[in-house]
Amino acid sequence: MSGPNSEYDPVQVTPLDEEHVAAMRDEALAAIAAATDLETLKQVRTEHAGDRSPLALANREIGALPPQARKDAGQRVGQARAAVNQALAARQAELEVEAEARMLVEETVDVTLPWDRTTKGARHPITMMHEKIADVFVAMGWEVAEGPIVEAEWLNFDALNLGPDHPARTMQDTFWTEPAEHHLVLRTQTSPVQARAMLTRTPPIYVVSPGRVFRTDEYDATHSPMFHQVEGLCIDRGITMAHLKGTLDHFAESMFGEGISTRFRPSYFPFTEPSAEVDLRCFVCRGLHPAVDDCRTCKGEGWIEWGGCGVVNPRVLTACGVDNERYTGFAFGMGIDRTLMFRHGVADLRDMFEGDVRFSTPFGADL
Amino acid sequence: MKAPVSWIREYADLPDGVTTEDLAHRLTALGLKLESLDRPGHDITGPLVIGRVLTLEPEPQKNGKTINWCTVDVGDANGTGEPQGIVCGAHNFAPGDLVVVVLPGGVLPGGFEISARKTYGHVSAGMICSTKELGLGDDHDGILVLPADAGQPGDDVFDLLDLREEVIEFEINPDRAYAMSLRGVARESALAYGAPFRDPALRPTPAADGNGYPVVVDDPEGCPVFVARTVTGFDPTAPTPDWMSRRLLLLGQRPISLAVDVTNYVMFELGRPIHGYDADKLTGPIRVRRAAEGEHLTTLDGNDRTLSTEDLVVTDDSGIIGLGGVMGGQDTEMSDTTTHVLIEAAHWDAVSMFRTGRRHKLTSEAGKRNERGVDPTICEAAADRVVELLAEYGGGTIEPGVTVVGQPPSQPTITIPIDLPARVTGMDIASDTTIANLEAIGCEVDAGADELTATVPPWRPDLSDPFDLVEEVARIVGYEDVPSILPPAPSGGGLTQDQSMRRRVGRTLAGEGYVEVINFPFIGDADLDRLGIEAADSRRTTLRLANPLRNEEPYMTTTLLPGLLRTVARNVSRGTSDLALFETAPVTLPHSGAGAPILPVDRPPTEGEWDDLNKALPDQPLHLAFALCGDRDRSGWWGDGRPASWSDVIETARVVADALGLELSVRQASLAPWHPGRCAELVLGETPVGHAGELHPRVCRAFGVPARTSVAELDLDALLARAVAVPRAPQLSAYPVAKEDVALIVDADLPSADLAATLREGAGPLCESVRLFDVYTGQQVGEGRKSLAFALRFRAPDRTLTEKDTAAARDAAVELAVQRHGAEQRA
Repeated sequence: MSGPNSEYDPVQVTPLDEEHVAAMRDEALAAIAAATDLETLKQVRTEHAGDRSPLALANREIGALPPQARKDAGQRVGQARAAVNQALAARQAELEVEAEARMLVEETVDVTLPWDRTTKGARHPITMMHEKIADVFVAMGWEVAEGPIVEAEWLNFDALNLGPDHPARTMQDTFWTEPAEHHLVLRTQTSPVQARAMLTRTPPIYVVSPGRVFRTDEYDATHSPMFHQVEGLCIDRGITMAHLKGTLDHFAESMFGEGISTRFRPSYFPFTEPSAEVDLRCFVCRGLHPAVDDCRTCKGEGWIEWGGCGVVNPRVLTACGVDNERYTGFAFGMGIDRTLMFRHGVADLRDMFEGDVRFSTPFGADL
Repeated sequence: MKAPVSWIREYADLPDGVTTEDLAHRLTALGLKLESLDRPGHDITGPLVIGRVLTLEPEPQKNGKTINWCTVDVGDANGTGEPQGIVCGAHNFAPGDLVVVVLPGGVLPGGFEISARKTYGHVSAGMICSTKELGLGDDHDGILVLPADAGQPGDDVFDLLDLREEVIEFEINPDRAYAMSLRGVARESALAYGAPFRDPALRPTPAADGNGYPVVVDDPEGCPVFVARTVTGFDPTAPTPDWMSRRLLLLGQRPISLAVDVTNYVMFELGRPIHGYDADKLTGPIRVRRAAEGEHLTTLDGNDRTLSTEDLVVTDDSGIIGLGGVMGGQDTEMSDTTTHVLIEAAHWDAVSMFRTGRRHKLTSEAGKRNERGVDPTICEAAADRVVELLAEYGGGTIEPGVTVVGQPPSQPTITIPIDLPARVTGMDIASDTTIANLEAIGCEVDAGADELTATVPPWRPDLSDPFDLVEEVARIVGYEDVPSILPPAPSGGGLTQDQSMRRRVGRTLAGEGYVEVINFPFIGDADLDRLGIEAADSRRTTLRLANPLRNEEPYMTTTLLPGLLRTVARNVSRGTSDLALFETAPVTLPHSGAGAPILPVDRPPTEGEWDDLNKALPDQPLHLAFALCGDRDRSGWWGDGRPASWSDVIETARVVADALGLELSVRQASLAPWHPGRCAELVLGETPVGHAGELHPRVCRAFGVPARTSVAELDLDALLARAVAVPRAPQLSAYPVAKEDVALIVDADLPSADLAATLREGAGPLCESVRLFDVYTGQQVGEGRKSLAFALRFRAPDRTLTEKDTAAARDAAVELAVQRHGAEQRA
């Protein structure tokens, strides 16, 4: 070890000769090249490029040289140190790449491991079907109207042209409430919402009302004491059955695809006159031969019974405060549960009301 | 309503080549909806012929059975004219009988091909058929023995047995009562093809002569027409003619006896219900009146009925003998000894019929027609037709006396603008078409330039309003011609805030891993008992159904929890044990007060009436309930899971509120069905909006749900009413945050939320957040105490806070906690 050179001592400057410098450099370069990991390289850096490395020590000796020799020696040592540093940096970069590559290999996981740490959520398909239908009509400028499920008898029946002795009252087996003189029922249809809309809005009225309704049906694969309907009501000047047909055709296309239309058959509903049953062109076979013959969705009919509709009976307009000289209207109603059943192939109505998570989960949060 | 096509064709001259499918299709398009097409025998192919049994030799077999070796004359049907040898296992026939024989090559229902085959030591060349084998019913196991006059051996039996008959079954809407008869169906069939129609009710009838059975009608409104005819010397043992039995069978009616079958037959033929009495059991004149309070009648079906003053009754001197138009009485019923028959063909008020039928829960073919409305002008024709048939087939004599009391009401007229059908349907319907179509359904039309007046035919009591005529015109033009035109789009307001917020709640919960369920809203006392809800609890105030589906569940629910817990239990029993369920539905909360009025319908309700009606409805707030059980986080290769707990449901409530822009606070509470120490009241501002927490263990056991199931129920309407539709953007400070932790020892029962609120208040406006990060109980903090550790974050909007600033705010927070809660700062 040499201390600071206070005086000139030619013997002590041997390390500065060319051979020595080259040897030190080469030794350093060899050590760098031999380093196979970053830890070793760190050691090599200390030994060959650190403050106490031979080259660093040699560098200190330069001051002890005669001025004429300093330049050469300085250049020599400087070049050697630069070469060493360069090699270190290069090796450092190389080893870092290698180390990362090794780390990435070591960190490989089995990505097929399942992740079911949390349960999957879902909304009920009936709720989503409500919304989907509402969206079709909202997009046409209609609004969504709602009403109570425990409803005044007058609104569920009388206002809709179902007087106390109307035979149709027996068609809809009604849940009555106690005491009877309070005249409250569980609504058998969403039509009272339409009556409410007429009584609380001024024409033009374009409303759609999805909701749950009740009838005293025994509970089986196709019947339920509670089910869901959507009804539409349009009251405006000059409204005809043609507007009803146009609206339902558009509804059918929006729900079931381009080219799916509807057909009317004469029927009877107290609320409407003329009245019609609405059939939907089967969206699976489209009524085309030969597909229709084996079609399980429409059972070979080419058409699917969808709901009822008609021109709002002027008697209903009168009871609901709409001037039936100025305005006409149409109304329609469909079963949401039924629509869901044939649109999504639900085999048993009870699946919708048993709350088995295996039923709803595949429907996710949007239909 | 079933209608055999051959019967339809008796009255409607349908064009040749009209197929039954086409007829059914056209009638459906007219409003008589095809329910089903029945073709008995359509899958039988011949040769199927009459055979006369020539010889029959019983041959006992080793297996104990006896078979009959028969020779049967089948005429030339077998090509040889020789008798056909056939083995038969049945014994209910004898040589000389006419039977139905299927010869080799024939096919019976079910694709059963007949061939000559060797059996029991003979070659059996064909089969002698039973009704069952012919697919004509399974009443008789034995061979079908034909009447002696059925025909000659070798005759084809397809027509004889109606094996080529086709029966269309229709679904008849309540407004088309006239179609509940062959007369009506044939009328519509003729209309469908523009074919001629022969009205079976058009027949000459003898005039009333004052010599008939005496009848007095005290209530001409209830019974406008009463026709009585009598037949004497009727043979009660006379059989019903085959053609009539067969037709009744095709209609789905069991032949009973000639007298009964004839009245039924004429009802189906003309649509007019008929009642027959054993005239020998009648004493004194027949009288029609309303029943007096407390009167009784034992009806044909053997039921003793207490009558109402609204019921129309038929009486004689012995008392009440029938519920007019609905059901006869037992005492005067026709029987197998009746020789003197009185036929009643009366027109009854439809509303009375409906009410009586409903009151006594009586449905009958007669009642169905009477309550929907029958042609009042055909009573005489119907009675005449009945006595004619009784005399012809029962050997009786029609007594000359004819009683007719009252007369049919005159037919109403309806006046409409002549273009109304076009205006209402949007179809291009010319005035001529309108007039022609109204005439086609039987109206008399008096048409002017702008208006027409139609006199409605008597068989159409359903036609009363202008729009009724529109439907008639339109259905004949054809609904398929209605054009498809979208109405001009109105300018709608989109979804209401509530409607979009509800969607947000559902999506939020689905995002939190909850599955939505829909339950019936029916509950019983047992459900409320299981929840441990006390008698005084307002959730016991329920709306009761008069006719619940199940007697154990007579109420509309006041809470969503029973339905939700039953659904939890169902899922667990089906093998899903980690559950997160939610439901949004209205509950029914009745209040005292007046009932809903039944208002007039010839005008809208007044404002007062409308208010009264709405006030009478129970409150029906939308509730949200959710439940968790099993693991909230499952265990797996990643490590341990975490069971769902009371805190998860409280957290979910907060998340839902947050989705609506609201912040829920939580108070310690105690309410059934929750665990008394693990129940949170959820509060919005100062308004309680629901509860959340772990269920009481008793409740878990009662509903069969896993221990520690946690549930919440909120008044969603209350949340929606306060939901923030337009959130304000926060003002962000870019200055650095300063953090301070505080650990405070307080009494164990101090709610952490209270302490956090105090710290926040004490820390002042520089405090950005207070977050509880640790709870410790143990020896170090002493009995009845706990240590709560909070992380406080401070930030100023306009400068970097100094250490002094933060320390001062922190000290102020601690100081307030010390003062307010006796907190000690933990070293």
